[in-house]
Amino acid sequence: MGLYFKFFAMHLKSQMQYKVSFFMTMLGQFLTSFLGLIGIYFMFSLFNEVAGFTFAQVLLCFAIVLIAFTLAEMFGRGFDLFPRMLGNGEFDRALVRPRNVIFQVLASKMEFARIGRLVQSVVVLIYALSTSGIVWTWDNVLTLVLMIVCGSLVFFGLFVIYAAVSFFTVEGLEFMNILTDGGREFGRYPFVIYGEGVLRFLTYVIPLALFQYWPLLYLLGMEESMFYMFTPLLSLLFLLPCYVLFRVGLRRYKSTGS
Amino acid sequence: MKMYTALFRIRFVNTLQYRAAALAGVTTQFAWGFMLILTFRVFYRENPAAFPMEFSHMVSYIWMQQAFIALFMTWFWEDDIADSITSGAIAYELVRPLDLYNRWFCQCTANRVSRATLRCIAIFLVVFLLPEPFRMSLPPSFAQFALFLLSAVLALGVVVAFCMLVYTSLFYTMSPLGIRIISAMLGEFLQGAIIPLPFFPAPIRVIVELLPFAAMQNMPLRIYSGDIAGSDALRGMILQVFWLIMLFAVGRVAMRRALKKVIVQGG
Repeated sequence: MGLYFKFFAMHLKSQMQYKVSFFMTMLGQFLTSFLGLIGIYFMFSLFNEVAGFTFAQVLLCFAIVLIAFTLAEMFGRGFDLFPRMLGNGEFDRALVRPRNVIFQVLASKMEFARIGRLVQSVVVLIYALSTSGIVWTWDNVLTLVLMIVCGSLVFFGLFVIYAAVSFFTVEGLEFMNILTDGGREFGRYPFVIYGEGVLRFLTYVIPLALFQYWPLLYLLGMEESMFYMFTPLLSLLFLLPCYVLFRVGLRRYKSTGS
Repeated sequence: MKMYTALFRIRFVNTLQYRAAALAGVTTQFAWGFMLILTFRVFYRENPAAFPMEFSHMVSYIWMQQAFIALFMTWFWEDDIADSITSGAIAYELVRPLDLYNRWFCQCTANRVSRATLRCIAIFLVVFLLPEPFRMSLPPSFAQFALFLLSAVLALGVVVAFCMLVYTSLFYTMSPLGIRIISAMLGEFLQGAIIPLPFFPAPIRVIVELLPFAAMQNMPLRIYSGDIAGSDALRGMILQVFWLIMLFAVGRVAMRRALKKVIVQGG
């Protein structure tokens, strides 16, 4: 753990060396999600509600998913860029070092410019929390924390799958984007709006709805049962197959030789 | 002219090599298109009267957008060009007996067209056969289709001319990342790639529809679906021609001035 913090400090320092570039990238990140936000605002200026959710409630969803995704991306960027690591042979170096491979990939890259997006989503979250009339009871706070933490872990799991798949193909697979970037983009609305089929898929196969739609029901007081509060914990089961897949990929890994 | 067609052909064939990547991309685009249609369908069901386009028009708009994504996206970045400016390799370009602006314009266009060709064929093979409400409809008439083709060519020209301006700005800043992201994202939003322009609130929409970005994918996609027809389509296309000429002219002047001042360090 101490080693990880050393890497953390190292990445932070090295990225702060290029301040202009850092802030420009941050601004760009900010703008990207901000325009998404404007898009939602425009839609809600035409329609008051969507599938029973108000603007503030959708914003809540938008902010939670974006925070979860951004955290996963900030710390799990190494897995996102893993195909490149495989391609240029850098991974072979990691294999011979006396440390856990997953740890090394994790520590190989961190992206702090994502803070631009993080700050914005936190602001949106605060705004949404104050306007959607959620009472600050301990169980609501816990639900919110669970949603964000488990959400970022699920997204992280998706990055790991993405990396694991590239053991088999060497190229990154573009269709994984629909799960990662798509999860972020379409997760701005509660997943129920996409219909029964999509919701079921995102509950039982790729558990994005387990940390988004189901606990959201509890948070907004639409469901009373405590079970909904703890659904984000169920989504953590997803990390298991992600890990196994990565291990399997690792076992059959042959270097590209370059 | 012959030189440019040769250049175009080289680039075109070059990109066609990456067929597997294109197919993987198509899968993503299908899923993306489906999810977009599902999103808009919920809003449509909420209140059909408040929906500013006909739903079938919306469906065509989305599939066309997915099919031609490579043609109109502003975040598509020519690494070759950017690198040659920031690394100084531009010196080689300058000694060639070709006009640099035209050469790069040609290269960008060819890359976009070849990428779009592969993807759009795969997408068109499927989307006309999908069940309702996902099926893409044919344009209302042949004349409308002809207008669409013309408008698509103009839009492509405007997009490339806009990107050329962004590349030219690299001569002055050398820090491409910020300008790249900001121009790309604003471009995407204002050309209707995130939500179509009819969904913008009326006062904003009036202004946005006059901007060069509205001359990008907004026009051809809405003409294809039938959302814009008749004199509106003609007016829009005149605006497209206007912006194409403007951006082209400004881009050429900007590049000529940049090249006059350019200093390539030796080595």
